[in-house]
Amino acid sequence: MRGIMESDDRNDDQGPAIVVKDLAKRFGDQTVLNGISFQVETAETLAVLGRSGTGKSVLLKLMIGLQAPDAGSIRIHGKDVARMQEGPLNEVRKKMGFLFQQGALYDSMSVEENVEFPLSRHTNMSRVERKQRARRLLASVGMDRDLGKLPSQLSGGMQKRVSLARALALDPDILLFDEPTAGLDPITAREIGELILSMKETRKMAAVVVTHDVHGAKKFSDRLIMMRDGKVLIEGTFTDLQKSRDKFVVQFLRDSG
Amino acid sequence: MWLYLIVFVCGAAVSGGWPVSASSWNSLAARDLVGRFFEWFGEFGLFCGRLMRRAVAPPYEIAEIVRQCDSVGSKSLPLVALAGAATGVVLSLEVRDSLARFGAKSLLPAVVIFSIVKESGPVITGLIMSGRVGAGIGAELGSMRVSEQLDAMEASAVDPYRYLVATRVLACILMLPLLTLAADFCGVIMGWVAGQLGEPMSLRLFLDSGLKDVEFSDFIAPTLKTMIFGSIIGLIACFQGMRTEGGTEGVGRAATSSVVLCSLFVIIADVILVRLLLLLFP
Repeated sequence: MRGIMESDDRNDDQGPAIVVKDLAKRFGDQTVLNGISFQVETAETLAVLGRSGTGKSVLLKLMIGLQAPDAGSIRIHGKDVARMQEGPLNEVRKKMGFLFQQGALYDSMSVEENVEFPLSRHTNMSRVERKQRARRLLASVGMDRDLGKLPSQLSGGMQKRVSLARALALDPDILLFDEPTAGLDPITAREIGELILSMKETRKMAAVVVTHDVHGAKKFSDRLIMMRDGKVLIEGTFTDLQKSRDKFVVQFLRDSG
Repeated sequence: MWLYLIVFVCGAAVSGGWPVSASSWNSLAARDLVGRFFEWFGEFGLFCGRLMRRAVAPPYEIAEIVRQCDSVGSKSLPLVALAGAATGVVLSLEVRDSLARFGAKSLLPAVVIFSIVKESGPVITGLIMSGRVGAGIGAELGSMRVSEQLDAMEASAVDPYRYLVATRVLACILMLPLLTLAADFCGVIMGWVAGQLGEPMSLRLFLDSGLKDVEFSDFIAPTLKTMIFGSIIGLIACFQGMRTEGGTEGVGRAATSSVVLCSLFVIIADVILVRLLLLLFP
């Protein structure tokens, strides 16, 4: 259960965008996250690497308040989302975008309606203004020719592009990416990677990218962490990871080609 | 009566409608089964409580409510009308022979109209809607759960309870009485048509002799009780859909359990409401 916001919560726009401290999460007998800590500065992109099942996606869901941690804190611009009630949490969520692994587009809505949805909920824009913004965002991800299509009519890569446009709709300060290139062919994966890179350069937002794509992470991230057994095994730049003598890190980088 | 209810509920658990899979049935101890039974009711209670808190607070999802009313109401109309018409025909044909044996054929219009308006129309509508809408909502929300669409909605600061659940439940509550009226109308008209096969009678005479002794409470109370059926169908189908897990197999289970539980609880509610209405409107 979420309690009342802690009294020391404050909007700290000058500090790091995200501060995760001693975060722990268990599902039954299985410990998924075991006291991990890291922080992400404003306009910084952090890549989170690790084997499947090490709690990377859970970490993102905890950060946006979709799940509650068993211990630890997650401060988004100084506010602890782990101890927030629904109302204040939604205010924080409006400043965050989330790109889900499978896109998670609403199947009953067209491409354009998917991007318009958050705008119609949280802004006072007129219908015309919403449509114009949705079309601009879709054009920025190369999807402005498929406005009326349903998600079921799109390929995996196209769905992720639309999902990215939807995540950007409210002009968020923080973007969370869950396996943005998983299940895509190398060309589409590279295109999605380039989109993330161009957003990083133009929008200056903080981003956390959970990925297995070491080469993509090298290109679009400023810093990386590698997780193992629910803990941060190593944190640093890609060069730091390459210099590591840890057997797991060496094997992970070698097997990634 | 309570013995019948317990038998119904246990029947649903055995049939797989309850959240106990057939494969795990044998291995579960009786205590686990009882535990799951109460766990389901506990979770359902929490779900209803959470929904009530969210649904009463603005903003209200008027556009989505209208869309759901269209989906639940107008798209179910042909099926409900057909079921009502079939009930009217069967009732008229069956009752005419029975009444003829007792020399009471003149009571045919009254028996057909009373039967349809007081019981057959509401129950048939409730059961038809349990199948069509219960399965639809269970599968739709279940599919949204497993494909992370509900998470995506929550992540974009939109409350799925308010946007998806409250609107569907309200649409079911509003549409069931209207659909019941349609079923009643078709049943009565087709009852008259079927009656024509045995003994021709004008529609006016049929309605006059049938409605002669009908009071307002005979008509309004059974029709309004379908609002309870609507709330049962909406709540159970949404609950089963929202708690779906286990990929596409889970979506199938959610749809099936929605239909089974909605039908079951509509029947149970009917038993209770009939008794209650007899007490209130003797």
